[in-house]
Amino acid sequence: MGAKHLAVGFLVSVWRWFADPANWSGSEGIPQRLMEHVQLSAESVAVGAVIALPIGIALGHYGRFGNLAINISNVGRAIPSFGLLVIAFQVFGLGDLPIVIALAALAIPPMVTNSYVGLSEVDPDIKDAARGMGYRELTQLFRVELPLAVPLVMAGIRTSAVQVVATATLAAIIAGGGLGRFVIDGIAQQNYPMMFAGALLVALLAIATELSLSGVERLMVPRGLRLLRAPVQSRTTTSKAA
Amino acid sequence: MPVGKFLSYDPWVNWAWLSTHVPLFESALQQHLSLTVFAVLGGLVISLPLGVAAHRWGAFRNPVLAVSGIFYSIPSIALFSLLIPYTGLTALTAEVGLIGYTVLILVRNVIVGLEAVPPEVIDAANGMGYRPLARLLRIELPLALPAIFAGIRIATVTTIGLVTITAVIGLGGLGQLILRGLIENFHTPLVVATVLSVALALVADLSLAGLQRLAVPWARNT
Repeated sequence: MGAKHLAVGFLVSVWRWFADPANWSGSEGIPQRLMEHVQLSAESVAVGAVIALPIGIALGHYGRFGNLAINISNVGRAIPSFGLLVIAFQVFGLGDLPIVIALAALAIPPMVTNSYVGLSEVDPDIKDAARGMGYRELTQLFRVELPLAVPLVMAGIRTSAVQVVATATLAAIIAGGGLGRFVIDGIAQQNYPMMFAGALLVALLAIATELSLSGVERLMVPRGLRLLRAPVQSRTTTSKAA
Repeated sequence: MPVGKFLSYDPWVNWAWLSTHVPLFESALQQHLSLTVFAVLGGLVISLPLGVAAHRWGAFRNPVLAVSGIFYSIPSIALFSLLIPYTGLTALTAEVGLIGYTVLILVRNVIVGLEAVPPEVIDAANGMGYRPLARLLRIELPLALPAIFAGIRIATVTTIGLVTITAVIGLGGLGQLILRGLIENFHTPLVVATVLSVALALVADLSLAGLQRLAVPWARNT
């Protein structure tokens, strides 16, 4: 510990850990742990989205319970993910189930809030025009309102996904898999090169999630909105403050 | 030794055990609060000049926001672990990480707040003979206060949640008790510490909202 780690020697030992072929194979290798991490996160975001998006979209479409939809994010922020994860473990026992339940619960608030804001911000004049053109309610929702709300809905999914990837690291504390194993075991065994390497991998995965989902977000913006680029960007920033 | 370990049935909250262990929760709460306050104040000290600089020199703005967005996505447990080789299992590691996150939240809100100052107001201030520094301190920053306060509230609530994770590096405030509940397989500290953490976040948010009403009475609707 301390000053000697500042030296290049420590980084060399991290490099050696990465270079060791044993860390790249088997059930405790990097590829397997990465897959576990991505799978846990994807499952949790998917479960969360199935619950959150219909609620947020319905509330935004009807413009009801706006305070609830917006404040759920604030309450969600106040819930310590670590406590939630451990409580889920105590209730549901070992395995992926408690992890997915806790992570999905964490993923829900940002998606509800952002899809609510996206849908409720659709210009009433546009909805009127859609009605005037003879769109029925569901057609209007799917062909007019949702495409216009896509940037914010996607921003919500991205926020949740990044948060879930981060929190999935903690799953290692309750005997879960994923890249968190390297970090948590590294701390426990004072194997600092392994811990450092694991932390690097987790950080890179989180950044990759953020960047790739904001790429998808940009691709999914409908052409009509892309032509009005400036208003879209201002809407997206307001969502981040929310 | 927790009483719960010897019972076949472990209730979610063992009130008898809790009533004899109040000081444990008091000191955890105290550590939690001081880690949080230090992180938010430290973040404020760094992000105010940084936000002002990014606002003044436009070329600075987008890089600052982009880089802070990317850094913000780094999981806290990873950040703490990356710091451990350099700063050890200490409060310094926790604070460097926590301050980092509060800076990322606050700098964004400082910039947004300063950008929201109407150009007419700046014009008027210039016309009244304000020099840039006086204009910043007496006109722009006060007008940016509502946005800055919103940032302080988000940063505080977020930090209170993040502090629990520092239990993994031997600190943690209430997180220490969550970890204890996990290790001893004993529900009471786990549940009580989690509930206290949520309560602390909500109380902090409400008191900051009250403070905001006192400090910026002209923006009561936010």
